Amino acid sequence: MSKVRVLVGTRKGAFTLTADGKREHWEIRGPHFAGWEIYHVKGSPVDPDRLYASQSSGWFGQIVQSSHDGGQTWEPAGNKFVYDGVPGTHQWYDGTPHPWEFKRVWHFEPSLTDADTVYAGVEDAAIFRSTDAGQTWQELPGLRGHGSGPHWQPGAGGMCLHTIILDPNDPQRMFIAISAAGAFRTDDGGATWRPINRGLRSKQIPDEDAEVGHCVHRIAMHKQRPAVLFMQKHWDVMRSDNAGDSWTEVSGNLPTDFGFAIDVHAHEPETIYVVPIKSDSEHFPLEGKLRVYRSRTGGNEWEPLTAGLPQRDCYVNVLRDAMAVDTLDGCGVYFGTTGGQLYVSSNAGDTWAPIVHDLPAVLSVEVQTLP
Amino acid sequence: MIRVELPAHLRTLARVTGEVEVNVAGTATVSAVLDALEERHPALRGTIRDQVTHMRRPFVRFFVCGEDWSHEGADVPLPDAVARGDEPLLVVGAIAGG
Repeated sequence: MSKVRVLVGTRKGAFTLTADGKREHWEIRGPHFAGWEIYHVKGSPVDPDRLYASQSSGWFGQIVQSSHDGGQTWEPAGNKFVYDGVPGTHQWYDGTPHPWEFKRVWHFEPSLTDADTVYAGVEDAAIFRSTDAGQTWQELPGLRGHGSGPHWQPGAGGMCLHTIILDPNDPQRMFIAISAAGAFRTDDGGATWRPINRGLRSKQIPDEDAEVGHCVHRIAMHKQRPAVLFMQKHWDVMRSDNAGDSWTEVSGNLPTDFGFAIDVHAHEPETIYVVPIKSDSEHFPLEGKLRVYRSRTGGNEWEPLTAGLPQRDCYVNVLRDAMAVDTLDGCGVYFGTTGGQLYVSSNAGDTWAPIVHDLPAVLSVEVQTLP
Repeated sequence: MIRVELPAHLRTLARVTGEVEVNVAGTATVSAVLDALEERHPALRGTIRDQVTHMRRPFVRFFVCGEDWSHEGADVPLPDAVARGDEPLLVVGAIAGG
């Protein structure tokens, strides 16, 4: 029987949770790297026992940990992230120039074809690549060199490159997203990039239709249809059918279209999930009810999923990297909250149950479906 | 032999318990001690000082013989008591919430 391994990053350490395909009884291991912020943990699709973890603290900076045995043991890898050339400046919150400064790794994206290659999305926003299993890192400078970098500005969580999506059909194509610059795409393996934000409208920036400056919170793709992208923007849920060349809003009947997380059903490319959050000034669910919303039509028509989720007095948040799906029949859906709950649905969202109630605030959730 | 006392998180990262001892050839300075420390424990690179500029990280402080050494030059000779191993170089995480 297949099994699943859930990789959870929290404010105070990493956890691995494993279960068989029924996803009813869980073994929880951790905290790994106790007391450190773990922004993200992700495994290689080529070698699922090869894991990468981003470990950081305000005191001691960035550590990269890697595991070759599915998280049972870990070894520090390279943590030297140096911007290519003169870093230059981006906009600070008040619009003044601010020097580019490395702070942390938000997201690791292991290669689809090489277990030793992994990409890192970092704050201040840039993308790095390692081809030696994380021992050394080199920036792909074409992204910051696109020319719009001086106009990028941080979102509330910092100026982070938080999303990296590799096109399974085209090894030269990647998508990334930065808060608050927007989405970008490369079609030449990362040498050059262009913004793909046409159709996004953001009232918080002076030019609502600007090429950059949009606070994209998350992008999701179904690997069988890599030209179709779904986006949770600061406000608005968006969809692109042309690899980001243009976007249309699909918020439809959502009670609020602010949120962070978005993901796609493993077997149904038109079924997507979001967790609506009340607003950018109140980062908790509407009416104290934790509701995942599912659309089976690729957006616009949404249904609330509430069975097993708290429907009163719930004031947690679900962060951008804290939702994932497995590939078992029925599609398991997982998300973690800032209240430390980790929920699973083993039936595509129809019903939910907590795997664990009281972890530290959850920053990221990834799922591996294992043989 | 120079004694270095690390904060708990860095002891865990370096997989040591208690004080760390390092040998420094030549004059004992903060810079020389950190060079030796990082050579012996590569996992500590970047956690106390920047890997490129060698600037002390903002939330890390150094104390020696009861004095704040955080703002002394990294190449200023450490007191004899530290150089002899009578007193440790303390690496301290600044007090902050979280």
